[in-house]
Amino acid sequence: MLDVSGSESSPAAAGPAGELPRLLRGIPPHGAMSLDGHLAAHGPAAAYHRRRGRRAESPLIEQIARAGLRGHGGAGFPTATKLRAVAGSRGRAIVVVNAAEGEPASLKDRTLMHALPHLVLDGAQLAAEAVSADELIVCVCESAPASVDSTALALAERRGLDGDSARAQVAAVPGHYLAGQESALVNHLGGGPAIPTFTPPMVFQQGVRRRPTLVANAETLAHIALIARHGPDWFRQLGTPSQPGSALVTLSGAIVHPGVYEIEHGASLVSLVDAAGGAYGSPRALLLGGYGGSWIDGRLLRGVALSDEHLAPHGASLGAGVVALLSADACPVAETVRVTRWLADQSSGQCGPCVHGLDSIATCVEEIAGGVAQANATQRVVQLAALVHRRGACGHPDGAARFVSSALDAFAPELADHARHGPCEDCARPGQLPLPVFGRPPAPTREPISLR
Amino acid sequence: MSHRLRVNPIACEAHGMCAELLPEAIALDEWGYPIVDDRPLPPALLDHARRAAQACPTFALLLTRERERDRDRVS
Repeated sequence: MLDVSGSESSPAAAGPAGELPRLLRGIPPHGAMSLDGHLAAHGPAAAYHRRRGRRAESPLIEQIARAGLRGHGGAGFPTATKLRAVAGSRGRAIVVVNAAEGEPASLKDRTLMHALPHLVLDGAQLAAEAVSADELIVCVCESAPASVDSTALALAERRGLDGDSARAQVAAVPGHYLAGQESALVNHLGGGPAIPTFTPPMVFQQGVRRRPTLVANAETLAHIALIARHGPDWFRQLGTPSQPGSALVTLSGAIVHPGVYEIEHGASLVSLVDAAGGAYGSPRALLLGGYGGSWIDGRLLRGVALSDEHLAPHGASLGAGVVALLSADACPVAETVRVTRWLADQSSGQCGPCVHGLDSIATCVEEIAGGVAQANATQRVVQLAALVHRRGACGHPDGAARFVSSALDAFAPELADHARHGPCEDCARPGQLPLPVFGRPPAPTREPISLR
Repeated sequence: MSHRLRVNPIACEAHGMCAELLPEAIALDEWGYPIVDDRPLPPALLDHARRAAQACPTFALLLTRERERDRDRVS
């Protein structure tokens, strides 16, 4: 495990296969790693020559499939399947690097773009080659200007670099929660508001400028850069058989050294917390995955491993690599209320069940926290969560429902206490989970309906 | 070849015509938005489903053919 604050910066020479850090190897304590530094740390990118014959698949895709790489943006979709879908669609493809990172408790993608842009850009160029794309758009959140600048500088540094086949540009994208949802990103790049659209068409069929588009998370592409260099067997030397490799995790909340860490999938949660200097007291609960993720009880700190198969029995997953600790003196009900209301406000306002459902859920949780709810309020939250599930154009209502449902499980005693007695002493404390004040989603524009 | 119903939730404005015309497969939630049964439609309901899809004022109800599901062609 390595902290990006980089007190113990790692040696640049290539280490043994089963060792960390991988992505964070040689990360500079300040500023960005230069192209020379990057090449010294990782060696030149492997040359995957253009596929022979129009129909043949790039050998890199097969390597990624054998490595078992899944997306690190939150959904965990198999990367090779996505690459094949784009490569198999008609027309010249475009690659979109997704470092929009609207997740408030995640910093990993902006950290990569800020400190290690060349690793991501290597992966993006390799992916572009694999899907025969001639254009690359690197989307970085506008709320992280240092990452935007660093990406632009890195692109300038690479101009004319051997092996880079796609034209590349950086795009600063809005910071609201759903801006990084893939159809929202494509919508934004096409000149529309950065809010999700109805699918189909899927972006791999018709994305930016109606061309087949690969939208890939920045960290996922960084892993591709290393799989291309070292191969799938090397990749699988870390992690679990069902979730091979390493992952970046953003650790926040009641922890001595919050920051971005690289872990092996399946590493124990407590080893991560210890590497970060330990928790402040024993945590009441941990939020895993992101704001569309799940709370687990703080007592599980010593009992769980960070892989999706280990977390599934607890209703959680690693998602976008968010691990937030809630201390014992925080009010979990107040934290849940704040995040639930924020998630409702982040709805892009397009789908009825999301607009009305998330607002009703947030109101209901607020009433429980204030001690003014009806007797069956908890049951009503359960019903509303089920009612919004899978009824939006994107997965936002599902994530918000998952978050609030897990809170009902994890904080049942506190919720019952608030419902009966109203706010507790700790309710007024400042929140431990970060909530950005910027970035309300843009208003939807309804396109005129054309009769066929 | 089986057919399924799907709603485009962005286009849907809760007019409720679909639930009126096809109560066998569509119910309305408390805000008036349709909850569709997304299992394959019984053949006997197919004509009714077509009429419901055509009656939607915002063309938000889609009838998709199973084999071409990924293209979601309105039949």
